[in-house]
Amino acid sequence: MTQVTEPSTRAAVKAKASRAPSKGLPKWVLGLIGIVVFLGFWELMPALGVVQAKYLPPASEVIAALATDLGLTAFWVAVGDTMLAWAIGLAIAVAAALVLGLVIGMSPFLRRFTNSTIEFLRPIPSVALIPLAVLLFGIKIESSLLLIVYACFWQVLIQVLYGVADVDNVAMQTARSYGFSYAQRVRDVVFPTMLPYLMTGIRLAASVALILAITAELLIGSPGLGKEIALAQSGGAISGMYALILATGFLGVAINGVTRVVEKRVLSWHPSVRGEATA
Amino acid sequence: MKILKSFGFLLGLPLILLAWWWLATSGAPNFFVPTPAKLVTTFVETWFGERMLTDVLPSIMRLVIGVLAAIVLGIVLGLAVGLNRTLRAVTEPVFEFFRALPPPVLVPVLMLLVGINDGMKVAVIISGCIWPVLLNTIEGVRSIDPVQNETSRSYGITGFSRIRYQILPSATPTIMAGVRQALSIGLILMVISEMFASSSGLGFTIVQFQRSFAVPEMWSGIVVLGLIGVALSFIFQWVQRRVLRWYHGLKEVENAV
Repeated sequence: MTQVTEPSTRAAVKAKASRAPSKGLPKWVLGLIGIVVFLGFWELMPALGVVQAKYLPPASEVIAALATDLGLTAFWVAVGDTMLAWAIGLAIAVAAALVLGLVIGMSPFLRRFTNSTIEFLRPIPSVALIPLAVLLFGIKIESSLLLIVYACFWQVLIQVLYGVADVDNVAMQTARSYGFSYAQRVRDVVFPTMLPYLMTGIRLAASVALILAITAELLIGSPGLGKEIALAQSGGAISGMYALILATGFLGVAINGVTRVVEKRVLSWHPSVRGEATA
Repeated sequence: MKILKSFGFLLGLPLILLAWWWLATSGAPNFFVPTPAKLVTTFVETWFGERMLTDVLPSIMRLVIGVLAAIVLGIVLGLAVGLNRTLRAVTEPVFEFFRALPPPVLVPVLMLLVGINDGMKVAVIISGCIWPVLLNTIEGVRSIDPVQNETSRSYGITGFSRIRYQILPSATPTIMAGVRQALSIGLILMVISEMFASSSGLGFTIVQFQRSFAVPEMWSGIVVLGLIGVALSFIFQWVQRRVLRWYHGLKEVENAV
């Protein structure tokens, strides 16, 4: 029922939204105004003495520092280190969660058997593992990986379990009576239903992975942008520190953007994406 | 029999894991992993005493204050921005940037701006937790069914009562999703702010144990953080069930049709 009514309300919202800009400025101009106002505020705050310039340098100075960073090899090496930990951690977490999620999700017994353990382990914050990571791996990249994999694993696992639980019973029974093997059932029945959930899980995990990559670098000192931020802060290179922080923000925006595009591409056949323009 | 069976499902795997842990550690002592019995005695000795008052409770207080302030601020700001189409368009890119910014980088910034004190730790938690609540409130307000808006307009429901009885309830499911994210970010930031710059608190104590190679104490600290995480998630689920009871009921009715 909701499936049928939703597109019409969405269409109505969309029609309203597309009518709106004709009244005023286009949306991107408004957004640009917002950015300019924000930067203006930032520029004025130290100039007017609201905060001391040595603690919050004006925007122009920070952006200049970021521009210099962009020309430095060391900066790109740090970005590379962060992204390497991000990518490896995310890949391990997704692979492990996908396999375990499918195995557990497809067996009602395993689902009940593991439920209490999963519900207990999932909310444990991965930063609690920081001391353990230091003890086991020191400042190597494995420290970052331990935190990233732990945090991302649960995000993806839960989504995969939801996805498998959402499989249509009739479709499953049909597949069974046509003599589909386990592998065939996974590939042709479970996987298509689960894919949107999996993509949501990966999208959430991608941003969590960045948070933990930076956290590990900041606190433990494994190589990457976070370590550079800690170094710049303790070395008193304040505008350099703000420049690196801006860089992590842009990295986050880029990751969000890319995962959204990938999600839309992968699910282009799915009704939830076909029905509307923006996912 | 049925109760026995569900108990078996509830405790079966945890008991197997515990037994495995006990067998693996009791044979050959491992420096990195204490035996279960050792961990329990260390846990009681370490945390049930003065430390509860000096480290654990202050940390939890800061977390609660920070998260609650972030939720209230996020919802109020979110309503203000979400109800105004121009404001929404103006603020969107800046807010998206702050949402994408990994919250832990705020710790060194606020250390500079506020100094190292309790206020800084609460400020870190607020400034990290507010974005998911704020952006989800904006999204929740934006995606309200237009028919609802027009109905309340034609019935002359405006101002505060419109927010209280129409807008807030319709946006609550989305807001709750943001609150859930804010809770886990808050816990992370509580620990990080104490690990980075502090001389007390849970995060500081655990790092201190690790640096002095007090391995069983360190593990007991990890257990404390885990328990706080589990407790938060239970409280959240309880609150969500109460706040969204009408919503789940509605979904059930819709799905049944």
